[in-house]
This record gives sequence, C-alpha cells and structure tokens, in this order.
Amino acid sequence: MSRQMGDSHRRFLQIMMVNGIVDEHEARTLYQHCCERHNTQHVPDKLDEFIDIINSKLQPMFMQIRKGMSEDNGQQYYALVNMAETDVTRMSSDYADNELELFRKTMDLIVNTENGKASSTDILNSADTMTTKKLKKSETEHLLNRLVSDKWLSEKRGEYTLSTRCIIEMEPYIRTMYQDQVKVCHICHNIAFQCQICEKPTCGIKIHNPCVARYFKGRAEPRCPACDDFWPHEIPEVRRPHSQSRR
Amino acid sequence: MTQRKRLSNTQSSSQSKRQPSSLVAQEEDDDATFTQPSTSQVQRGLEKLTPAQIDQKTAEVVQYFLVKDQKKIPVRRADLVKHVVKEYRNIYPEIIKRASRTFDQVFGLKLVEIDAKTHMYILINKLETAEGISPINSPANPKMGLLFVILSVIFMKGGVVRENVIWNTLKKLRVDPGEKHEEFGDVKKLVTDEFVRQRYLEYVRIPHTEPAEYEFHWGQRADIEVSKAKILEFMGQLHEQDPQSWTQQYREAHSCPSSTQASTSSQR
Repeated sequence: MSRQMGDSHRRFLQIMMVNGIVDEHEARTLYQHCCERHNTQHVPDKLDEFIDIINSKLQPMFMQIRKGMSEDNGQQYYALVNMAETDVTRMSSDYADNELELFRKTMDLIVNTENGKASSTDILNSADTMTTKKLKKSETEHLLNRLVSDKWLSEKRGEYTLSTRCIIEMEPYIRTMYQDQVKVCHICHNIAFQCQICEKPTCGIKIHNPCVARYFKGRAEPRCPACDDFWPHEIPEVRRPHSQSRR
Repeated sequence: MTQRKRLSNTQSSSQSKRQPSSLVAQEEDDDATFTQPSTSQVQRGLEKLTPAQIDQKTAEVVQYFLVKDQKKIPVRRADLVKHVVKEYRNIYPEIIKRASRTFDQVFGLKLVEIDAKTHMYILINKLETAEGISPINSPANPKMGLLFVILSVIFMKGGVVRENVIWNTLKKLRVDPGEKHEEFGDVKKLVTDEFVRQRYLEYVRIPHTEPAEYEFHWGQRADIEVSKAKILEFMGQLHEQDPQSWTQQYREAHSCPSSTQASTSSQR
C-alpha cells in the first residue's frame, strides 16, 4: 500500500480539524466516506494504518491523531492533538486569561478528588479565589457551558469531569503538573480519574470503571489484581460498543 | 468577544473598518519594517541554519495560519513576521514556500495571497465541499447557510446589490437585521463586519450618496472558494427551473471552471 497521502486522507484530516474528537464508530464511517468520495480503496480493518499515514505527515507539524479510551463508557476515541503546546495555553486562542485560570482551577479540583469529579458549586466557589479578573457567577456558568460544548469538560447532573478529548490531548501536561496526585489505571496504564480504588490502604490501586467491567467480567469473586484483597465495589456491566451513547 | 482575544492583539487595526484610509496607512507602516529578502540573502540565511530549525519555524507558521483559519481571519504578512517568523525573517520566502507545500500536501488547503499590496493571506479549501459534507454530526455552521443565501442573491442580481435588497431578502426568511437573532446574534454585524473581515463579502459605500448608501459584492474568498455552478444548481432546485435558463449566470458560472477545485487533481 502506498504511504503517500491522498485526498481521502486530507479530507479525513479536515473533518478531524473541525470536530476535534470522534468515536471509533464515527472514525470508521468517516474513513469509508473519505475513501468513497475520492475513489480510493477502503479496507475496513485498516483504519489505524490509514491514520498512521496521516500522522507521519503531521508529525513535523507537532500534531497527531491519537487514540484513547473514554473513562465514561470505555469506548475508543480518536482526537486530533497539538503537541507543540500540550498545556492549557493550547486553548488560548479561544479563551481569555481569566477563563483559562478557572479551567486550571477546575482541573486542580478534579485531579484532587478520588472520583475525578468536581461539582458546579465547588467550581463556582473556586472562582472567588481567582487572581486574574474575577468572573461573575453567571459568567462562570456560561464558561462551563462553553467548555462542555468545546469538549474540554463533560457534565453530568451538575458534576464536571475532564472530557475524553482533554485527557487524550493533555495527558503529558497532566502527568507533569500533577505528578504526585495522578495515578494510572492498573489495567490499561493510562491516567485514571473516574475509577474504582482498592480499599486496602497499602495497595490503593486505581482501575477505570470500564476496565473494571472488562477485567472482572465472569469472575466469581472479584479480587484486586495487585494485592489479591477482596474488591468491594460494585462491578459495572461491560458496555456494548457502538451504542449510541456519546461522551 | 473573548474568542478574538489573541487576534485583537495582532489585528486591532482591522477593527477600524470604517476608516479605510487609516487602515491602509497603518498596514503600510507596519510592513515597512519588512523588506522581502533577495534570493541570495535567503540562500545565505539557510546555510546558517540547521534543517531542524527551519522545520520548527515552518511548523510554527503552519500552526499560526491554522489558528487564524478557524475564524477565517486573513493573516497579514507584517503580523506573521512580527509574531512568528521573527529572527528568521531573512529566510521568509523559503518558510512560506514550505508552509504552502505542507498545506497543499497534508491538509488539502491552498495558501493564497489575496492582496499583493498589503500582503494578506488566506487558506482556501482545495477539496470540494459539497453540501452535507460529513457523514457524522459535525458542529453545523448555520452562518454558512446565511452566507450562501446572500452570495446567491448577489450572484443572481449580476454581482452587485444595494444593501436594502439583502436586508429585505433576509427579512423574508425571518432574519431581521434590526433584531438580535437566536442563532446569528447581531445579524447586521455578522453580515457587514464578520463576513467582510473573512473576505466572503465586500461592503462598500456607493459614491456620492448622501446619506451614505452601501452595496454588497462577493469578496475574494468567496470568488475562490464558492462555486457559482453550485449556486445556480441550488437556484434551479429552489425555483424548479433549469439552471441553463439563466443564460448570463450560467455562462459566468461555467466560463472559468471554478478556479481552485478544478485544478486540484492536476497537482499531485
């Protein structure tokens, strides 16, 4: 197969630039669409190879289409990431300085909780301690909505989590900034925010909820894969892939 | 708005749209600090740099253009040199050459200088963007729908229309320029400011009108990016009429085979 980029690759990349992140199912649909549009061969199982060709050309631009798992539903996602600025300054063309400060504070809150969630009340309270131009309550709420629609945060019942896109894109930054707080999932070795934790104090490993579901599926008595202690948490069901649920 | 934060630092001059004379003056002023280096200067400059340094600078230039392109804002050479190229200005032509090659080969975009005097650049999509471009739920851009309607009216009326023609058309579509629209916000500002800044439209005062009256033309970006044949096809569907029945428009739409898109396939 040719390692050269064709118009099908370029179209795929353009759509990725507009969307920022797509789930695996969407990526496959898109792959097929782009190939058909430009009359190039579409091999259903070769999505990752197709993306590798794009990535080889993106690399000199410090950009990459990176794959990662959603902590929420365990599905694979593809995000277009910018590696030149892996920290929050990446967002500086869309957000003002004080808005970025609030986003950093939200990140602090999320990283420092056990369940990887921050309530809207906590975020609103943290807005009071801002050093740059303070945000009014309504402005903070508006900003949180924007962060959700721009896919940096996810929201469920008034609680905010880091979105899949944010984790994929900012993982290197999060790992350096929060070295002491951040833990990785014992199963998939990616950073873990929304997860279950082993209750034995000397162990305390973390496992993503979807990883828990997959790891303990079909086991009679769940035991911690690290210390072999009883795993006391409720084991979630393995979610079917390609369900219509979105990030 | 905050979205223009970074832009406002660099493009504050373009806000003063209402005084075109001072705008031009300032641009020339900024640009005067930059003189295009000669071929031999570029050659000597390149010899002093490592390939990695040149690649890095090219990447920065590409990123800069991509960020501006998200809002469809033209890039001024003076700003590009001042904020990105900086101490590499002596090899500027080489960096632009490499950046254009990257846009062409990797992104399917074309870097176009839309104004040779003020040295403005925009990125134009080389891949044909038909309606319903993406099979997945892309963040729809309703503003483009509005723009398409305006461009259609201008084209069908022979390339130029008085502004009240546009406002009346929009009112018929329940988009009142005097009211805040749910989707578009300040419609008048969107049409006469945002679309103009993005070079989709030109909004010019009709000479010797008192009080001042304005008319709309297609902007440079629209000329290159929007297919007149597509518009005619759309009109045909709308009025259930054969596109060929608009003889003059049909001839215009098919005289120069819609510039960039047709040439795409020939360029590797």
